[in-house]
Amino acid sequence: MSIADAVNIRDRAAERQAAAAQEAAATGAAADGPAWSNMKAPDARSQQSATVAITNGRRALTVFLTNPNALFGAGFLAFVILVALAAPILYPEDPLSMVARPFLWPGQDPAYPLGTDGLGRDVLAGILHGARISLFVGLFATVLGLTFGVLVGATAGYFGGWVDDVLVRLIEIFQTLPSFVLLVVLVAIAQPSATTVTLAIAIISWPTVARLTRAEFRAIREKDFVVAARSLGYGHGRIIFHEILPNALPPIIVTSSVMVATAILMESALSFMGLGDPNVVSWGSMIGTGRELVRTAWYLTALPGLAIVFTVLALNLIGDGLNDALNPRFSQDR
Amino acid sequence: MPLLSVSDLKTHYKSRDGLLRAVDGVDLVVERGETVGLVGESGCGKSTLGKTVLRLVEPTAGRIAFKGEDITTRDQKSLRSVRKSIQMIFQDPYASLNPRQTIGEILEAPLIVHKAGDRARRQQVISGIVAKVGLPADSINRYPHEFSGGQRQRIGIARALLLSPELVVCDEPVSALDLSIQAQILNLLVEMKKEFGLSYLFISHDLSVVRYFADRVLVMYLGRIVESADNATLWSDPRHPYTRALMDAVPDPARPRQAAPLGGDLPSPSDIPTGCRFHTRCPLATDLCRTHEPEFRTVAPGHQVACHLASHIH
Amino acid sequence: MTSLLQVDNLTIRFTRAEPVRNLSFEIGHSETLAIVGESGSGKSLTALALMQLLPSAAEIAAESRISFGGRELTGLAAREMRHLRGREIAMIFQEPMTSLNPVMTIGRQIAEVLMVHEKLSGRAARRRAIELLELVRIPAPDKRIDDYPHQLSGGMRQRVMIAIAVACKPKLLIADEPTTALDVTIQAQVLDLLDTLRRELRMAVILITHDLGVVAQWADNVVVMYAGRKVEQALPGDLFDDPLHPYTRGLLSASPRLKRDFHYRDGPLTEIPGSIVSAVGEAGCPFRPRCNQARASCGHHVPPLIVPAEDRLVACPFTTSSKAVPHAASLRF
Repeated sequence: MSIADAVNIRDRAAERQAAAAQEAAATGAAADGPAWSNMKAPDARSQQSATVAITNGRRALTVFLTNPNALFGAGFLAFVILVALAAPILYPEDPLSMVARPFLWPGQDPAYPLGTDGLGRDVLAGILHGARISLFVGLFATVLGLTFGVLVGATAGYFGGWVDDVLVRLIEIFQTLPSFVLLVVLVAIAQPSATTVTLAIAIISWPTVARLTRAEFRAIREKDFVVAARSLGYGHGRIIFHEILPNALPPIIVTSSVMVATAILMESALSFMGLGDPNVVSWGSMIGTGRELVRTAWYLTALPGLAIVFTVLALNLIGDGLNDALNPRFSQDR
Repeated sequence: MPLLSVSDLKTHYKSRDGLLRAVDGVDLVVERGETVGLVGESGCGKSTLGKTVLRLVEPTAGRIAFKGEDITTRDQKSLRSVRKSIQMIFQDPYASLNPRQTIGEILEAPLIVHKAGDRARRQQVISGIVAKVGLPADSINRYPHEFSGGQRQRIGIARALLLSPELVVCDEPVSALDLSIQAQILNLLVEMKKEFGLSYLFISHDLSVVRYFADRVLVMYLGRIVESADNATLWSDPRHPYTRALMDAVPDPARPRQAAPLGGDLPSPSDIPTGCRFHTRCPLATDLCRTHEPEFRTVAPGHQVACHLASHIH
Repeated sequence: MTSLLQVDNLTIRFTRAEPVRNLSFEIGHSETLAIVGESGSGKSLTALALMQLLPSAAEIAAESRISFGGRELTGLAAREMRHLRGREIAMIFQEPMTSLNPVMTIGRQIAEVLMVHEKLSGRAARRRAIELLELVRIPAPDKRIDDYPHQLSGGMRQRVMIAIAVACKPKLLIADEPTTALDVTIQAQVLDLLDTLRRELRMAVILITHDLGVVAQWADNVVVMYAGRKVEQALPGDLFDDPLHPYTRGLLSASPRLKRDFHYRDGPLTEIPGSIVSAVGEAGCPFRPRCNQARASCGHHVPPLIVPAEDRLVACPFTTSSKAVPHAASLRF
């Protein structure tokens, strides 16, 4: 027997185990005496899964919260959000204004714990305010991309036929273009501002969501419960939003956390290239301005760089954690 | 006027192997109050036929009439009124219920869609049907995965009966269930039939189940009906060699073991043999069978067979 | 003659459940033993335990013994067990599509077993693979050998699985619901084939099934399992003539298959109410909640297997046979 076979058997065994465990956990609902005469005696109900079901969402949350990586990610992200919210209170003045002697190294002056840049701007104030723009762009670009992508993907996957053909072509057009080049072009054409950057990132990120949603919809569309819904005369809207979408959501949620991370990276890259909003400070623009001084004052690139790395890492850890928590096959085994 | 009448129905699909003729010219009638059993092996097109009757799959040709009204080309919107009257029970009780909705939600949606009363009235209807199919009253707040297979099938039956249909298409309703549960579900279906005056189109691969459950039986092979007779006649006097083989293949403890009655596999529905479509597996096939497709002939009142040799077989 | 496989007191344990408990049975050389039960009865786990392929969360209790040809399998080193698997004990599964590797030709999959266990060369293995396909009655084996699994029908795939299983002439073949996924006309062919191979290769077969009809015609001995326990054991003739355990009786009368000429207009089928209830935390007879003959004492302890007649065992003290007089001796297995 080959290794593949053995693995196969193991997988099957695990499935059986899950099934067996479920059966095994069924308990005697009919404990009160003989019941053969009672023809309508209900089947025993699995109590183990009963507790699971009532708290389907809560169970996923438990899985998520017992995952140390995911917890770290969520914790760090919460910290970044807090910092972003607190930035205008902690540093009410414009972070782009010159406040001190240039090239103060971190720790040199306790008033500027992370030092100052070549123009004497406070690096800490920049990073805190930069968190605002990064999160703003990341979240809104994702929400926009997600909404549009889900709509397109759901329409294509649910209706199929020529609608699907047309929408898939559209998705493919976007996917064949190198996305970052497209992003640069879009931002260059429009005036660079936080809004246009957000829109441009949304425009290049929806096709991924659309593809994923379409694949999910195509698979779920064939399920018996959807056929049942059609046989009951439900309208398309009801089937798409009530029957299919809730079942298609878990992988989309997982993807969206990674999308936020990607959007933050793209915004940073644009700002680094000087294509960001010139009126606000962002982590990318800080790296961009610090770039020429990387040999003399490397902290100017390293500090905002670390902020990006940890935020993106946190989002990816959250994505992994969500995947574990929401993947039904995984959570059933636990 | 029969409740359902289907004539020369064809459902063809395009597939990688070419045109797949899943249903290839079927006539059938379901009278009011009747249970028609449809038997055949997997791949014979019986499931597709069931779904085509409900217009869940679009027919390629032919005519479907419900209570004399042609519903073959009606658009989905005007089909909605018919949908209330024809319902379906599915094979897989695990796949046919939305895992993310409670039983209450699953049962309420059809009532909302068909505007059956206000909320209080809907709740009343739901608790009524839940009790009728033998589920505990607290089921409505639970999710499908909290139930055993037999109970889920009860939920599926409850959903199908909610809108007081006249015809219910049962697609292998007990095949996925354990033996000790099958009897419960079959009894429930019989009870519901009496209670609501239902007619069933009962699709199954299991001859013994059909034998218990059907008033009239249709045997399907490769997209066509090859024999049709009332239940008692079919079992006492099967005329088509395929029907006989199916009967012989069912293991029966009361009978000594015998060699497998049929060799070979079901040919692909994309490559249907010429002549009689059964000739490749038929132990009695003649040259005539290889070249000429037999007509669906009446051999006795209410007994039709598509076999050249039907009159010789007893 | 000594038995080929002897299972004593097999208990399979998960953290929260014991899906198989105190199961004992034996099987002689080239015999067919059927293990019958519904889903959740523990029959498939038993098969995996014999192959030592239980999921990692499961463990076999210390007092369990599985002796195969005089060798003790519990606690056998993984390497030795691997050596035994496929060579002396082989297994086929219910769903032949998922048990075959979709990206390998069937010829390669058969040849691989031969190359691993018999150390055959590639060419010799291929020749032998063609012979095996012929043995399992696949037409034109020299052409079919280069097919991929998806090119074959369900029945053909199950034949390929059988070819792989018998490639090394095992002494024991475990068939876990081998025909459940197949049509009735194909089922008859496959069972026919299994029985012919059993005789030709002198191998014992453990046929795991939920189908009582299959059991009656193909088994030498039948074990009926319920909720992880053996509730009845008999020769098939005796079992169908005179089922003793209330569960077996219920099954036989609930089955439309075994009640010919019974129509819904004649009345409802006899039901067994409820569904399989595992004995987790359940004292007494596991079938008690569904039994029409249950008494208060059934809840006190698990009924031991008694010997009501020759070659029979039943785990119910209140059973009354219409034929045999209950044996006074209460043997515990």
